[in-house]
Amino acid sequence: MNHLETEIKSLKRNVVEMWHLVNSQLDKSQRVLTDFDKNLCQNIKVNEKMVDTFELMIDKDCENILALYSPVAIDLRFVLSVLKVNYNLERIGDYASGISKLVNELENPITQELFTSTKIVEMFNLCKELLKESLISFEHENNWETRNILCRDKAINKINRDATKIVSDYIINNPGDVMIAMNVLSIIRKLERVGDHIQNIAEELIFFMEAKVLKHQKKKKDISE
Amino acid sequence: MKNIITTDKVNLFYGESQALKDITLDFLPNTVTALIGPSGCGKSTYLRLFNRMNDLIDNVKITGNITVEGENIYQKDTNIVELRRKVGMVFQKPNPFPKSIFENVAYGLRVNGVNEMSVLKEKVEFSLKQAALWDEVKDKLKKSAFELSGGQQQRLCIARALAIEPSIVLMDEPASALDPISTAKIEELIYELKSKYTIVIVTHNLQQAGRVSDYTAFFYLGELIEKGITKELFINPKNIKTQNYITGRFG
Repeated sequence: MNHLETEIKSLKRNVVEMWHLVNSQLDKSQRVLTDFDKNLCQNIKVNEKMVDTFELMIDKDCENILALYSPVAIDLRFVLSVLKVNYNLERIGDYASGISKLVNELENPITQELFTSTKIVEMFNLCKELLKESLISFEHENNWETRNILCRDKAINKINRDATKIVSDYIINNPGDVMIAMNVLSIIRKLERVGDHIQNIAEELIFFMEAKVLKHQKKKKDISE
Repeated sequence: MKNIITTDKVNLFYGESQALKDITLDFLPNTVTALIGPSGCGKSTYLRLFNRMNDLIDNVKITGNITVEGENIYQKDTNIVELRRKVGMVFQKPNPFPKSIFENVAYGLRVNGVNEMSVLKEKVEFSLKQAALWDEVKDKLKKSAFELSGGQQQRLCIARALAIEPSIVLMDEPASALDPISTAKIEELIYELKSKYTIVIVTHNLQQAGRVSDYTAFFYLGELIEKGITKELFINPKNIKTQNYITGRFG
């Protein structure tokens, strides 16, 4: 293994570690939401700083590889895609932290009716599932697995689209729960963004593995074929 | 656009040993093509086909078809002096003649029958300007070429090659013996010369190939493995051997 390969391997290890941390942040923020476990909020806040530290470290690693090794071909694509995956992971980490803050502001837990009608838990599970699948495809460098992730955010987007009407109806029927309902809507918006960032990550992985640029392509259904 | 150099199924043997295997590759005018590959892959041998420099080596056998500006250059009646006027060459190490700076550049012109001083002066100045050396040597044209630095000597050799107005310039690792600043000047020069000349450059420096060339051809064990637009070849090589070589995994 040459020096560049060693550096790339080490970079990959750091990205995987960050990915696990962001997974865990998303997992914990879901527990804060569903179990109304505010004790976890502080832990998420501390870990958010770790995510930020990872982001800076990975950026620096990429800069060093580009400056010192002038990578080309698959190595160059790997470093370029890692730069963007890194950014997207950090944003997902931010959203996880933001979700825990929104729950922390609430005095009372979210009602079962809101959970059921908005499908927020289903949305959370989908985001976590896609983030884990994208990690596996990154670790295995499997483009087929990555292509399976593309366009899977449709269900997430639908839940987001339906949420405005559901939440406004809920507020009309439960005027005392306005704060809870508004925060649930904000959380749904954040989860929709998480889904977008996971799609961005999958697109970057395809660029790395296949040298194909998928972003800003209109007919996404064709991409996954 | 019509190709300025074509090679069709070219094989070259040094005695029993085959150095080039069935190479088919064409070159467009006013482009820079980099030939890359590990030592001994045949890229310099291939480059030397275009001005018949391999003829100087004993026991060489060449098959296939090679044309320059539409003419088969391996015919019995090919005028090699005329060919080498059309196809200039710059070598790895600067090799100025033991003459003045002026006479180095004027040498090829004199050989080709130009002796009128006003014409020589004009052409020497023009060539030195093209080689981005004029400002540095205009006040010492009568000094020995050996007084110049290595980078300046190499640009002098480029000026010498350009003076006889070739259409093609072959460069065999032209910057490998130079420091980074001289290398950058040569690379800048290659970029500027492209508008007037077709340049084929052999280089071991992959970053240099990436910086200066429009097309890159990868040779391995005497075979042409892949040729493509440089930007595409360095981001997404089609052949795994190319990828392994340019990423340093073999070679």
